[in-house]
Amino acid sequence: MFVRRNPQLNRNDELIHLLSIEGLPQAILQHILDTAGTFLSVNERDVKKVPLLRGKSVFNLFFENSTRTRTTFEIAAKRLSADVINLDIARSSTAKGESLLDTIANLSAMHADMFVVRHSESGAPYLIAQHCAPHVHVVNAGDGRHSHPTQGLLDMYTIRHYKKDFRSLTVAIVGDIVHSRVARSDIHALTTLGAPEIRAVGPKTLVPGDLKEMGVRVCHDMAEGIAGADVIIMLRLQNERMTGAMLPSAGEYFKTFGLTPEKLALAKPDAIVMHPGPINRGVEIDSTVVDGLQSVILPQVTFGIAVRMAVMSIIAGNSA
Amino acid sequence: MTRLDKLDAEALYAELLAGVRGLLKPDGVLVGIWSGGAWLAERLQQDLGLAGAPGVISSALHRDDFSQRGLSGGADHTRLPFEVQGRHIVLVDDVLYTGRTIRAAVNELYDFGRPASVALAVLVDRGGRELPICAACAPATIALPPGQRLSLARDDVGKFTFEIR
Repeated sequence: MFVRRNPQLNRNDELIHLLSIEGLPQAILQHILDTAGTFLSVNERDVKKVPLLRGKSVFNLFFENSTRTRTTFEIAAKRLSADVINLDIARSSTAKGESLLDTIANLSAMHADMFVVRHSESGAPYLIAQHCAPHVHVVNAGDGRHSHPTQGLLDMYTIRHYKKDFRSLTVAIVGDIVHSRVARSDIHALTTLGAPEIRAVGPKTLVPGDLKEMGVRVCHDMAEGIAGADVIIMLRLQNERMTGAMLPSAGEYFKTFGLTPEKLALAKPDAIVMHPGPINRGVEIDSTVVDGLQSVILPQVTFGIAVRMAVMSIIAGNSA
Repeated sequence: MTRLDKLDAEALYAELLAGVRGLLKPDGVLVGIWSGGAWLAERLQQDLGLAGAPGVISSALHRDDFSQRGLSGGADHTRLPFEVQGRHIVLVDDVLYTGRTIRAAVNELYDFGRPASVALAVLVDRGGRELPICAACAPATIALPPGQRLSLARDDVGKFTFEIR
């Protein structure tokens, strides 16, 4: 019988690339989260650097802009002692007409050991992983609408940090679910880690009913969606959705799906509020909630570095 | 040279205790290498009447076999509840073999500061050194074939024995 292997795993089922959370066993997710805990303490030391990736070259390939994600990957790689090369790829070779695989072949000839890839096309990191040399590792830093696994993992780290156990949690993901790779990664991770209730909350244009197939409860009513929730993950409302006739106006959206202190009061009293950033204050979330006691948005950023260190060190330690 | 079947962990511990008592400077501290060394340091701390908890250190983040073994568990165990800077430190481990674990643990120690001195105390020295490292206190020396693993075990009441695999 022909069994299609998960391209992220080697023959011993160890992680060699991180492309998507979908299909990864719970043990691997837990191992990444446990390892991230180790690196969180490294970030508090006098010497915030360990030599695990000493002599390795990490190439940040951001075909789509993202200052924050690129920076946290860069910090993570540097704290592992790797050399980091940032390529402004959108404005260089691709603009001159070079194909993705030719770009990869050229960078491989410069002895890259790891590619961190952000691309507007879903599946681009898979393509790279399939065509790069066996010793090269690939991390997906967000591809199209498909997946943003390190954001999903840092969200899981944050939830575990504050809530300890996933198996009793109600998690509400609010906003533009259909275009969100973060939402997709969160849903896969939460499912694998055993969260019993995941809700997708938002207007019908942004939260279609067929999301039910991912095992989530679809709510088009904000009050119903966040009632009794332990965790609320707010998603950024991308401005381009407004012009695409998917929403009437930003003001209208805030009125129905914006997270205000009043709406937050419907969740559990100890509920945490998360957001992958960048935040649009007054569009999807009220300023007082962003700065409030239940907000864990800044700790998410801190945890993000530790989680990315964990991912890079784990995959670099496993061979194809 | 001690024979393998004569290796009595509890008897060796008594010798280690005497050795460490001599090595420890007035404001010195104990740091045990996770996991066997940490157990030893914990008991030494008590038996020497030292206040507080001993340090625990993991070698995982500085190991030189990372590219072959990956990041195996146990990296999360480093706990140094004191300033390392300017301190006299006695590093404790169960078995001294190639010296690579000690090298990695000393590197890890330096991530927290520059100690005044580091001395090494182990229960057993099994030879086979691959680095210029030697213990200031090692109650037993033993010869073992390279394939054999020797490590400390601790039962429910805290009694030490050796595990040979």
